[in-house]
Order: sequence, then structure tokens, then C-alpha cells
Amino acid sequence: MTMATPNPSGDALLELRSVTIRFGGLTAVGGVSLSIGPGELVGLIGPNGAGKTTVFNLITGVYPPTEGTIRVAGRPTGGLKPFQITRLGVARTFQNIRLFPSLSVRDNVRVAFHLHLAHDAAHSLTRFRAFHREESEIDARVDELLDIFRLGPHRDAPAKSLPYGDQRRLEILRALATRPKLLLLDEPAAGMNPTEKAELMRLIAFIRGKFQLAVLVVEHDMKFVMGLCERVNVLEHGVKIAEGTPDEIRRDPKVIEAYLGVDHGS
Amino acid sequence: MRFPKSQLWLALALVVAGVVSAFSGRINDYFLDVALGAGINIVLAVSLNLINGFTGQFSLGHAGFMAVGAYTSALMTTTFASRLLPLVGGQAWILFPCALLAGGLLAAVAGIAVGAPSLRLKGDYLAIVTLGFGEIIKVVLQNIDVVGAARGLYGVPAHANVFWVFGLAAVTVYVVWALVNSTYGRGFLAVADDEIAAEAMGLDTTRYKVTAFVVGSFFAGLAGGLYAHLKGYINPTGFDFNKSIEIVVIVILGGMGRHVGVVAAAILLSVVMEPLRRFGDYRMILYALLLIVLMLTRPQGLFVWRSGRGTA
Amino acid sequence: MSEFLQQLLNGISMGAIYALIALGYTMVYGVLRFINFAHSDVFMVGSFAAFHVAPRLGSGAVAGGMAILCVAMAASALLGMAIEKLAYKPLRGRSTLTVLITAIGVSLLLQNVGQKVFGAEPKAFPAIFPSRTFHLGTVVVNSTQLVTIATTLLLLAALHVVVHHTRVGIAMRAVSFNATAASLVGINNDRIISFTFALGSALAGAGGVLYALNYPSIDPLMGTLPGLKAFVAAVLGGIGNLAGAALGGLVIGLVETFVSGTRLSTYRDAIAFGILIAILLFRPAGLLGRDRVEKV
Ligand SMILES: Nc1ncnc2c1ncn2[C@@H]1O[C@H](COP(=O)(O)OP(=O)(O)O)[C@@H](O)[C@H]1O
Ligand SMILES: [Mg+2]
Repeated sequence: MTMATPNPSGDALLELRSVTIRFGGLTAVGGVSLSIGPGELVGLIGPNGAGKTTVFNLITGVYPPTEGTIRVAGRPTGGLKPFQITRLGVARTFQNIRLFPSLSVRDNVRVAFHLHLAHDAAHSLTRFRAFHREESEIDARVDELLDIFRLGPHRDAPAKSLPYGDQRRLEILRALATRPKLLLLDEPAAGMNPTEKAELMRLIAFIRGKFQLAVLVVEHDMKFVMGLCERVNVLEHGVKIAEGTPDEIRRDPKVIEAYLGVDHGS
Repeated sequence: MRFPKSQLWLALALVVAGVVSAFSGRINDYFLDVALGAGINIVLAVSLNLINGFTGQFSLGHAGFMAVGAYTSALMTTTFASRLLPLVGGQAWILFPCALLAGGLLAAVAGIAVGAPSLRLKGDYLAIVTLGFGEIIKVVLQNIDVVGAARGLYGVPAHANVFWVFGLAAVTVYVVWALVNSTYGRGFLAVADDEIAAEAMGLDTTRYKVTAFVVGSFFAGLAGGLYAHLKGYINPTGFDFNKSIEIVVIVILGGMGRHVGVVAAAILLSVVMEPLRRFGDYRMILYALLLIVLMLTRPQGLFVWRSGRGTA
Repeated sequence: MSEFLQQLLNGISMGAIYALIALGYTMVYGVLRFINFAHSDVFMVGSFAAFHVAPRLGSGAVAGGMAILCVAMAASALLGMAIEKLAYKPLRGRSTLTVLITAIGVSLLLQNVGQKVFGAEPKAFPAIFPSRTFHLGTVVVNSTQLVTIATTLLLLAALHVVVHHTRVGIAMRAVSFNATAASLVGINNDRIISFTFALGSALAGAGGVLYALNYPSIDPLMGTLPGLKAFVAAVLGGIGNLAGAALGGLVIGLVETFVSGTRLSTYRDAIAFGILIAILLFRPAGLLGRDRVEKV
């Protein structure tokens, strides 16, 4: 048993307390508790259908939990809409990439800057100097981010025309541009080859340091999660069966039985 | 520091409209009629483009908003003119823009009324609700005696001229262009592309949709006012489903979420279709075939070469 | 009291017709997830088909009436299948809006071509079934209403058998439940979709004949309003749900009939839309539908 008790102090960035959601008769997530402190890099693993994506949807307010509470920086998120939760500093990517396909790469990132925008509809209409100044600043910052992710050359291409791996990275970049304190990545390495995966691991570690983020990663690739994360949570059938360091998780008999035994070597 | 070029263009357009208006007496009547019709269609199509094209909602009730504006403004310059004129010093040329504005505002209120409940609906459901809204407006108008019920409203003064029609067309084009061409405005396009992703980026998608409906219906209301003061006569069936479809066809033809294409399509369709008005049903058959063939062969619109929305 | 019974009867026979049309909307929505805008015009064509064959098949007798009804249903079924094949099938996999716009185009086309072919002016529809009036106390029952209700019940029973006890009907439900999975187990989705259009359109054709019998006048634009109301009925019942469509039709027919009896009668055509907006606000899944949460 390596069930570390969730961080009880109020300074957790994210805290789930016995969160449950049922879809009709199916309990997709049952009584999951989880806590992430500022700057932590945490993994969430489990077999297909274990409820990992659903946990993300609960955190980001896409679905309201049937039971339990979720807090972001101490604030309960019950009743908040997804965009309000994003404004609390939680950004995410999606398992099935959800870019804005018809918008250019640049505009995909630009939209995410909207959160910290001083101007609004009225400024767009009057287009005074302050408006243009802010737009130029945003342009510069978007370009800077695009360069970090080496997407600069594609900046004017529609997002849907990017190769798959670039789309995944653009989605991470877009999430980053909302300036989150917590970044949720849903299978960011899916469909990537080993070289790309290694590069992505370095990138995640890098941005976490540079932007001082906490990161929660859902990933199938054990090497990826174990190599990247400091702490790993394991879900099975919607229930959390273990939590610990990668080493502890590797040795945990329940995890071996539930997960590694079934899905080994993937 | 960039020069505010866009406002200059708008000012220039207004001046040109004013100058042409001053000489409009020399323009051939038929040509003028078609041109003014085209101008009103620009206002209608560009405003619908904000809702259907840029924000990705699908409204089939634009004629309903147009009706609200047409009736409001026409009532102010006819039935209630004697009471309203003293308030503006007896000047009809002041009353007219006030009436237009009032029509636009009331249409915008209707836009909130329709937009707000419709927000959780997508695609075809929204289309049906807006269609239903258009029908409700028609039925209500047919039942109100002050507005002439089914007979309609006669004797609306012919205040709409080249200046007002093309001036407002220019304003509409400017407003929609300026609104979507900014970091804030990319939000409209993001909502159209993927609502869930837009929410995840912190965009208040509800607000964007309501804004699109309010701005779009405001200008539809203005267009209605212009129409009433151009034709001199309005009745409820003039703002029926077929009128809404006409505007939808223009937007689709021009390319949803395209600025230049939609204006071009508004002009093209007004010029080509106007002479066909005499042929009644054949004209609607043409519209129908146009829709089907366009969807089967060129769903992105006729005037679209570049990929990526919100560019031209 | 008798006034109430009278209205109840009128409402049920009206509702029966809405139910028949609503079934087509709901079945097509089930397999293709889009609103077949042209459905209301298939309804119109059904009534015109009956109108044109009536002189030849001899109206006024039960057998003749049945024959006319069958012809109208067959004509509608063919039209429905043709529309699907020519206009919708090439768009498979495209966005809902593209298909919806095409459907609107098809609807406009049928209406306006109909005005050219059939003529725009309303035509008197013949009494193709024997027509009699009965007096039950103070309630007036005319045989047209009985025919309407009986035919509808018969068709609903037949539909039930087809959907639950034939291979093709079961396949239809499978496609409706999960199209991808259905094709994986070897169901030919295209054939099922075609069949669904035939079935739904046939019911609309029957509805067209019954409607024409009750309002003995037909014209090429007659489909629009009943079509929209039937659509509302389908949404009210829970779109995709067959029993719901029948129930929704009945509710709309009753509400409308009772409203017609009040001072609000001139607003009766707006009532359905009021109901639609209310359902979508308060119970978007409809009366019998289940909430579906979009998977993210
Ligand atoms: N919106 C939904 N409606 C019904 N069932 C859902 C929904 N979302 C997820 N589920 C179910 O919840 C379970 C967990 O799914 P998910 O969180 O996607 O798993 P994972 O991401 O771990 O592979 C699955 O059985 C899935 O079918
Ligand atoms: Mg998942």
C-alpha cells in the first residue's frame, strides 16, 4: 500500500475530494481524491476506460461531479463554467486534439491571450492607439512562444494543415498561452514516435521550469510517465488504486496486476 | 505607431455615399432601385455573416429581425410621426435616423430574446428555433391592428436614399470587419470552430454568441428600416422564411466568414435576381438549385480561394 | 362537457396526423442525425399523388380509399428515397450544416416546382373514403376523423412490427443506436438509411392524404406548417424516439385544437414554436428522450 494521503493543507493548487461521476448506470469515476501542489509534475495512469479523461473533464468543469468537491487554489469550482475554471489558472489539452482547425496557427495561440486582454469589443471597433499597441505586444509574445515550440515557420498555416505531432504541440502551446498555474495534458505523446516522445518529455520539463507550472499528465506510455513525473496516481475502473513515486508504483502489486500485467510494453 | 487606416476608409465611404446621393437624381430609376436593393442586401448579409459565418451559429430568422426594425421605424415615421416630430423640432430628416436607430435597437433586443435561449442549441436545432421565431414575429404582426395586421403598413415616407443605404452598408461592413479582426474578435471564430476548446481557453462562449446575435440583429433591424423607407409599403409576408433564405443563400454563396465574398455575393445576387422577380416561382427554383448545387460542389462558397477563415 | 369531448376528438385526429409526420423526422434523425427539412414537402407530394390517382381508383368506397392511400404512400416513399440518394448521400460525413442547407434547398425546390407542376392555387380534395356524420349525444363525429384515427393506429401497429420484429427494422435501430458499430457487425448502413427514408416518407404520405381529407384543400405550400409542427412534436417526444414522436404529435394536436377554441385562436400557428422553445429550454431531451452528454 502506497496510498499517500492527499495534501491536507490549504495550499494545494488542485484538490479533488472523493469525486464521483456517474453516466446513467456507469460510475466513470468513483470517489477519487487527489491533490497537486504548485510546480509539481504528476502522472495519472490506468488502463483504457479507467476514467482518466473524465477526471480532466471534471477538473475543468466540462461535467459537474455527481458527488464530491473540487478546489482550485482553495476555491471550490462547483457551479463554475469551464471558461471560469480556466480563468482560475487551469489549462488543458484534449485526448482527441481540439484545435481551432480553420484558424491559423498564430490565431490559435492568439485566442488564448484573450484571457489577459485589456481590450474588448468596443476597443476593436474604435481601434485607437492603445488597441494597436496591445495587439502588437500580443503578436510579439505569440511569435516568441511559437519559436520556443519551433512552430514559427507554420504561423500562417491553418492549424488543420499541420502534421499530427505539430498539432499536439500546438495544443500544448495554446494551453500555455492562457498562462495557467496548472497544465493538464491528456495523452500528449499519443501517436508520436520515440524520438518525438523524447523531445516532448524534454519540452514538458522545460516549460514547467520556465513558466513555473504544475503539470498533470495522462499517458499510456509507462516509460514516458515514469521518466517524467515525480508522483504517479493509478486509476482502475474509476477508482484510485495507488499513488506514489514512479519506483513505488512499479513495485506495487496491485498496479502490476491491474495495469502493467494487462497493458505491458505498450 | 500605425495609422488608423480602417477608420479613414469608412469616412471615405461615407463621403462618397453622400456625394453620389447628391447627384442621384441623374441616375436611371431602375438602376438606382436595383442598387439600393443591393445596398440593403449588403447590410443584411454582412450582419448575418457575423452570426452564421464568423460565430458558426445558424440563424434562419434574419428576416424576423428585419421585420422588427422595419415596423418600428415605419410606425415612427407614419402613425406616430405627428407625436414624434415636435420632439425633433419638426424636422423629418432628423426623425428618420432616429427611427432607424430605434428599429435597430428593438431588433437587437429581439436578438437577445432569441439568442439567449438558443445558446445551448447547436446547428439544426438552432436553425429551427430561429425559423420559429421568424414565424412567431410574422403571426404577431398579422394580429396587431395598429401595424395594419395582414394588410400591412402603407404610406411610409421615402427617406431612404443612396447616402443612408450605402452609408449604413459601409458602417456594417466596417463594424463586422473591425469586430472580428482583433485578438478579442478571433474569439468569434474560435467559438465557431470548437466551442468546447474555446471554453477551455477561457472564452465566455455564451457572451460571444449573444454579442453576435445582438450586433447581427441590430443591423438587420436597420436594414428593415431602410427597406420600409425605400419601398414605402411593408407587410408581414415580406419578411417570411423565403426572405431569410435569400439572405442565407447570399452568405453561403459569398463564403461563410468571408468579408469581401459576402459583399460581392450580395451585389451579384441582387443584380442577377432582381430582373427575375417578375418570374416569381422560377426565381425561387433558381435559389433552391443554387443552394443544392453549391452544397454538393462548393460548400465553402463561390468566392473563396484561400483557405482559412476571416482572411478575405 | 360535450364541447370538451368534441375538441378532444378533433385534437386527437389532428394529433394523429402530426404523429405520422413526426415519425419520419425522428427516424431520419435517428440514423443520420439531421433534420430532413424536405420531409414536409414529401407530405405535400403524398397528398397530390392521392389527388391525381383518386379519379382513376374510384373514391368514395373503403377499398378505393385504401388503394389511393397506398399509392400515395408508395409515391412518397419513392420520392424520399430519391431525395436521399441524390442530395444527401453524396454529403455523407460532411458537416450537419451542409446537409441541413441542402435539405432546405430540396424543400424549396419541391415547393416551387410543385407550384409549377400542380399549380399554385388550392385544389379541393375529394372525399376518397365514404363520408358520414354520426351524432353521439351532442358530439358530432364524422367518418373522416374515424378514418384518420383508425388509419393512424393501423400504421403505428405496422411500424411497431417492422421496427421490432423484422431484420431490417432491427438493423435500423442498430444503426440509430451506433452507426459505426452497426457497420462493423455487417449491417449495410446505406441500405438501412435508404429504407428509413422510404418508411418515414411513406408515413408522411399517409399523413398528407389524411390531412387533405380533413381540410379538403391542398396546395404546394401546404406542407410547411404541419411539417414544422410535426417537427416540434418529434422534439417534444424526444428526437430519435418513435413512441415519443407519436406522443408528441398527439400533444401538439390537442394543445393546438384547444387553443383554437379560445380567444388566442389567431395565434395558433405560433403556439407550436412557443412549445418548442420551452422544451428546448427546460427539457431538451424531450418527454421520452434520455439526456445525452457529449463525450469530450
Ligand atoms: N459523456 C459520457 N457519457 C457516457 N459515458 C462516458 C462519458 N464520458 C466517459 N464515459 C465513460 O466513462 C468511462 C471512462 O472513460 P474515460 O475517462 O474516457 O477513460 P480513459 O480516459 O481513462 O480511457 C468509459 O467507460 C467511458 O465510456
Ligand atoms: Mg482518455
